Amino acid sequence: MQAVKYVRAASVQDAVRLLQDGGATARVLAGGTDVIVQARERRREIRLFVDVKHIKELIGVSYSARGGLTIGAATPCYQIYGDANVRQRYPTLVDASSVIGGTAIQGRASLGGNLCNSSPAGDGIPAMIVLEGVANIAGPGGERTVAIEQFCTGPGRNVLAAGEFVVSLHFPAPAAHSGARWMRFIPRNEMDIAVVNAASQLRFDGNRVSWARIALGAVAPTPLLVAEAAAAVVGKPLSDETIAAAAAAARSAATPIADMRGSIKQRKHLVGVFTERTLRGAAERAQGAQ
Amino acid sequence: MVATPEKQTPANKQYRVIGTRPLRPDGTDKVTGRAAYGADVKLEGLLYGQVLRSPHAHARIKSINTKKAEALPGVKAVVTAQDFPPPPPGSINLGESTANFQFLKDNLLASTKALYHGHAVAAVAAVDLHTAEDALALIEVQYEPLPHVVDVREAMLDSAPVLHDSLRTQIRAAGIAPRPDRPTNVASHMRLQKGEIEKGFAEADVVIEREFETSMFHQGYIEPHTSTAYWNKDGEVSIWTSSQGPFGVRGQVAALLQLPVSKVHVTPMEIGGGFGGKIPTYLDPITALLSRKSGRPVKVAMTREAVFEGTGPTSATFSRVKIGAKKDGTLTAAQVYLAYGAGAFPGSSVGAGAMCALAPYVIPNTQIDGLDVVVNRPKTEAYRAPGAPAAEFGVEAVMNELAERLDIDPLELRLKNIASEGALNASGQPWGKIGAREVVMAMKEHQHYNSELQGEHVGRGVALGFWFNGGMESASSAKTNDDGTVSLILGSVDIGGSRASLAMQLAETLGVPYEAVKPKVVDTDSVGFTMVTGGSRTTFAGGWVAYELGVQIRGKLVERAARIWEVPVDQVSYGDDGVIRGPKDAEGKERKLAFTEIAGQLARTGGQIAVSASVSKNTQGAAFAGHIVDLKVDTATGKVDVLRYTAVQDVGTAIHPSYVEGQIHGAVAQGIGMALLEEYVYGADGRLQNASFLDYRMPTTLDVPMIETVLVEVPNPGHPYGVRGVGEVPIVPPQGAIQAAVYDAIGVRFQHTPMSPRVILDELLPDGG
Ligand SMILES: Cc1cc2nc3c(=O)[nH]c(=O)nc-3n(C[C@H](O)[C@H](O)[C@H](O)COP(=O)(O)OP(=O)(O)OC[C@H]3O[C@@H](n4cnc5c(N)ncnc54)[C@H](O)[C@@H]3O)c2cc1C
Repeated sequence: MQAVKYVRAASVQDAVRLLQDGGATARVLAGGTDVIVQARERRREIRLFVDVKHIKELIGVSYSARGGLTIGAATPCYQIYGDANVRQRYPTLVDASSVIGGTAIQGRASLGGNLCNSSPAGDGIPAMIVLEGVANIAGPGGERTVAIEQFCTGPGRNVLAAGEFVVSLHFPAPAAHSGARWMRFIPRNEMDIAVVNAASQLRFDGNRVSWARIALGAVAPTPLLVAEAAAAVVGKPLSDETIAAAAAAARSAATPIADMRGSIKQRKHLVGVFTERTLRGAAERAQGAQ
Repeated sequence: MVATPEKQTPANKQYRVIGTRPLRPDGTDKVTGRAAYGADVKLEGLLYGQVLRSPHAHARIKSINTKKAEALPGVKAVVTAQDFPPPPPGSINLGESTANFQFLKDNLLASTKALYHGHAVAAVAAVDLHTAEDALALIEVQYEPLPHVVDVREAMLDSAPVLHDSLRTQIRAAGIAPRPDRPTNVASHMRLQKGEIEKGFAEADVVIEREFETSMFHQGYIEPHTSTAYWNKDGEVSIWTSSQGPFGVRGQVAALLQLPVSKVHVTPMEIGGGFGGKIPTYLDPITALLSRKSGRPVKVAMTREAVFEGTGPTSATFSRVKIGAKKDGTLTAAQVYLAYGAGAFPGSSVGAGAMCALAPYVIPNTQIDGLDVVVNRPKTEAYRAPGAPAAEFGVEAVMNELAERLDIDPLELRLKNIASEGALNASGQPWGKIGAREVVMAMKEHQHYNSELQGEHVGRGVALGFWFNGGMESASSAKTNDDGTVSLILGSVDIGGSRASLAMQLAETLGVPYEAVKPKVVDTDSVGFTMVTGGSRTTFAGGWVAYELGVQIRGKLVERAARIWEVPVDQVSYGDDGVIRGPKDAEGKERKLAFTEIAGQLARTGGQIAVSASVSKNTQGAAFAGHIVDLKVDTATGKVDVLRYTAVQDVGTAIHPSYVEGQIHGAVAQGIGMALLEEYVYGADGRLQNASFLDYRMPTTLDVPMIETVLVEVPNPGHPYGVRGVGEVPIVPPQGAIQAAVYDAIGVRFQHTPMSPRVILDELLPDGG
């Protein structure tokens, strides 16, 4: 690790200014569970850490039936999955945030960090995509919002411009008769990186699926929202056939690479398996919610 | 873990202390973070070192220019291979391995060639770590990349790139054809032969021959290697290090730096695991050289990446196993061919693997060939029962297949051929008292083996394992204190609870409570020569020394009591209860002095007692283990879930049963990792791709079930308390047992480990799936 400067930002404006002044070698520090490892291994040139954990908008979870759920971008996972509203209304966020790393990592790791690290395998991202999440961004030009599925632009790359950072993540209130599920495949049972992760959300109108979202991770340069897979289940009752069709659509949308963590054949196959498993899981939750 | 000491185990009613489960003396400091490990060493003026490593799998080093690094402010010393004196001829016995000095030196810092990705080429000491890291980037090494070979079978081909131009195959047995006098990667070829294998196979009704591969596995100790050295102005070198054998470090440093051993002072710090990997030295001679150059103490702590790239994992292996049996299951012949990748320098554990391969069975006609082959990977080192897991994996797999083919229960097949006292092993030596049969009987009778498997894609497997256990040299001293306690001074680093297990044996001998013995691990100047903590030898050899110390103290106390009572020595005796008894006094009262009473009077009756003892044992009791595993395969993902695991083992005498169980739990967890998850992954460029705990997947607690242990006690007659080593053999059976269980679950006999989800899925998916 090289010697690095550290500054604690006091406000959103303060952080924007620090990031702007710091230029290309300034980086936001949230939980640090990605970025400190990267700095230690000198995978990035970092000269300034701007710690955003002490800005009040960046920590905390709030929910209202009208406004939905807002999570401060630097809120650690344990506060997210420990929140009563999240547990009751957004179990999909619990699915993902309760398996990132382990207990110690969850004391620091944030969903904002997970998103902004923009790893194709980031576990929180497909869950946030199917929940129709948006990132609230602050920057020198003011504020803007970007849908989670449009946030990542490549491995480790995203839409944030110089001086910009994510203040919070927002999710609409869950619709009636809806359910969502996130899952991943890892060779171990914890402390691992997804070979494939997937999430599905289903809304039902009677026994017919009226709306769906299916997202995949670790099988393309960015996490994917797969509209074709969702289309395969919408308009009909959920059945082995529609699930198989969704799985097939998901498999063809996936363009995984082969590396030591997984082969193309394995990843494509697992995309199908986990599209199916998350769809069934989403349907179960939707039923429970009815 | 056990919070309150339990009562004695029923198996050992004859003992007072042995078989109980007292708390370890180092426990509180370890769980509160107070125990001092190598990384905790802080000395006035300490410099921090870093090691530069080769990015190439195989490359000629044309030049190393350190000028710019030396010029960086804050850098105090840079060393390369040039800073070493020429190494002495010969090698040093490190207990579970031997280090040839030339190879050791070339491994510490590459001189003419970098032989593997991660091979150290230079080291820097600076005022802080950041500066040392910056300096590494300023060292200019000119490499000429060479073709490389990382696979053991490819390395044996005539067309393979050669690592060492000077290497010729050493033929280590009669009957092996000599090899042409030209450079080769095959460092040696050994053979063990008994009977006539052709005749034996001709007598068989069924012959099965299979080929197997195992991957390169790292010991994965949690504490990375560290070393701190200070070379003072008088030429005395002090070293604080994380090592299994401080005397081995002393010997290696002294030889490589051409110092008398008496000028090298090694203090072993607490150790966070070793499993054989902390027997050789990687850093100590380098920190010493950096200290000499800079005039200040220097500390180097490896990163995890450096540990994976630059230290000594176990061999990736290839084996061919052929076993013949009659219809009734009687084995008639076996042939085993083992080729082990030694890493960049000769010296894999193939010899030990060869001796273990068929050990659980009595087979009249056997031939075992072992080839030691250099490849462009880190130099392999001992890892828990070095060489045995790979060799026995193939044999156990073939035994399980034979059992199915012959329609005989796999444990019955084993019982029919089981090694027993007096029978000859593969080297032609008769077995002593061993518990192989008792182990298999205990497996057969266990509820686990007799339970029903439930569910889809579930399977059960069994396998046996054997390991020799080492003897070798140990020394200790002991002294009485006037509060009725005894200090026990140890040269053995405490890795698995040996402070407690050795103190217990001295307490047993003296008839005093465990708490009355105060063990302490000391530096190389403060205790007699003691071999490595490894080879499952410490509780055995150290326990023997403790027993001898106890006998000496008993003798001296008897003399002292005789003097106090003014009676002849031969009328005084020392009871196993720790009470010294003499003849009745004038009033007819029995003369008695408990150990604690007499200890308080020693100062007045001739002074405190101090004794020392040492032993040197060639052999010790052999160890057999048998494991039963149930697992479930998720056929959609290829992932294996280990459901139930039972490990049966002849442990001789369980001195401290909790620590025996702990050894078994740890070894099984590591074995599960070998079977299902762990492997060194190399790219086409010969570079190691997974030098991290993320991608080198050791099992976590969630990947391992509760492991039930069954301690079978067949005391070793070659030890005062019947001790056999227990720590290594339980890593041998898991690969074979799990391979059999996977077959039982999904009908595929894998012939390589790890059987990772990807590998299993590949087998289950239709092509192109
Ligand atoms: C042992 C271990 C296990 C792990 N296991 C998992 C796992 O199972 N699944 C998984 O997905 N990940 C895992 N990770 C990676 C990491 O923990 C997660 O990605 C985590 O969510 C990152 O959050 P953080 O707050 O620590 O981010 P940081 O490390 O602080 O930041 C990550 C990146 O995002 C940027 N950033 C952070 N916050 C913002 C913001 N508000 N605005 C703009 N940029 C920002 C930073 O500059 C940095 O580039 C693991 C890491 C470790 C060390």
